[in-house]
Amino acid sequence: MYDRGKVIAGLVIFSIIFLFPFLYNHGSASPQPKPSLDTPAIKALSQKKCVEDKQFMITTHMQFLNDWRDQALRDGNRWYVNKEGKKVWISLQNTCLKCHSNKKEFCDKCHNYAAVDPYCWDCHYDPNGSKL
Amino acid sequence: MSMDRRKFLKIAGLSTLIGLSGKGAFELLKPGTVEAEMAHEAEGHGHEHHEESAGPKVRWAMLIDIKALTKEKAEKIRETCHFLHNVPNWPDKKNEIKWIWEDEYEHAFTDSYNEYDEILKGMPFLLMCNHCDNPPCVRVCPVQATFKRPDGIVAQDYHRCIGCRFCMAACPYGSRSFNWLDPRVQLKKEIAKGRKLNKRFPTRMRGVVEKCNFCVERLAEGKKPGCVEAAPDVMFFGNLADANSEVRKILRERISLRRKLELGTRPSVFYLI
Repeated sequence: MYDRGKVIAGLVIFSIIFLFPFLYNHGSASPQPKPSLDTPAIKALSQKKCVEDKQFMITTHMQFLNDWRDQALRDGNRWYVNKEGKKVWISLQNTCLKCHSNKKEFCDKCHNYAAVDPYCWDCHYDPNGSKL
Repeated sequence: MSMDRRKFLKIAGLSTLIGLSGKGAFELLKPGTVEAEMAHEAEGHGHEHHEESAGPKVRWAMLIDIKALTKEKAEKIRETCHFLHNVPNWPDKKNEIKWIWEDEYEHAFTDSYNEYDEILKGMPFLLMCNHCDNPPCVRVCPVQATFKRPDGIVAQDYHRCIGCRFCMAACPYGSRSFNWLDPRVQLKKEIAKGRKLNKRFPTRMRGVVEKCNFCVERLAEGKKPGCVEAAPDVMFFGNLADANSEVRKILRERISLRRKLELGTRPSVFYLI
């Protein structure tokens, strides 16, 4: 093999660079975030329940919000009837964020942890916050 | 190629038989599907025709009383609308976003402009999206981001808009504005100077087209459009499909103009003169 020294040295340098992020972050997993439900609006609720049950909201809120969006905007249907038969006004800013008035704690914490960047916030914003 | 006449005829005959019995072959493999499809198609067309002849139950329309409109009222209407929908006021004209704006007779009615009409020439006109019955913007939108609702409102879905601006080219009224820059940048500047944000309504993002939405979000709550609330003696909003509605009564009594009627877009914004 020609240039054996250079090739092996190059391979070693490459593998060090390639493996560096894995080695550097080894054993320092960031803890699973626990989104805070602690807002004045939620505290004031007699029955602490979202539009649907908690497990459903955790696992399905992305599709759920997409459905809400299409219903409100495309079909012009602003009322949602949940599994218990209760009517809810369909609106991200005026329904969801009314109770969950802590977007930073409630939305952003998990989204940052999972490295997802939902495009909701390109236009919608937390009406309770002072900033856009 | 070595093929005698006999063999050729055999293959040709067999192929024709298969070709002719295409539907038969379908029947063998998936019985009933061809008939179902055909029936479905016929039904769909029939349904459309039926709807057209019966007409919609609700057809929203806006009436603007030009005789009652003043510069001050026009400004108040514009401010109310732009506050309600968080429309930024870009200082540079080329970035301008407008939902409702003031212009002169000459520019509003380029088709029927009458230079000897001294009365109309001096009047302020408020221009906005005409929510056409036959909207050209909807026809050209490649992603169906803009669409006509059953109540006649031409809605814009910012989630879908890809910013191609075909709709802007298609709209004969210049009712559509493109967000060349992030509208929040300008809104933040204005907020720092004391502008209020309508926290019930979102903003837009860079790269989407926007326009007047006939206050669809307020209609859903049972309210009247913001401009009507700002100047109830100038703007009238109502159901064109209902012969006894307020707007139909006014249209029976007053002379009205509509912009660029010859294009066949059938606008639903009327100017009372």
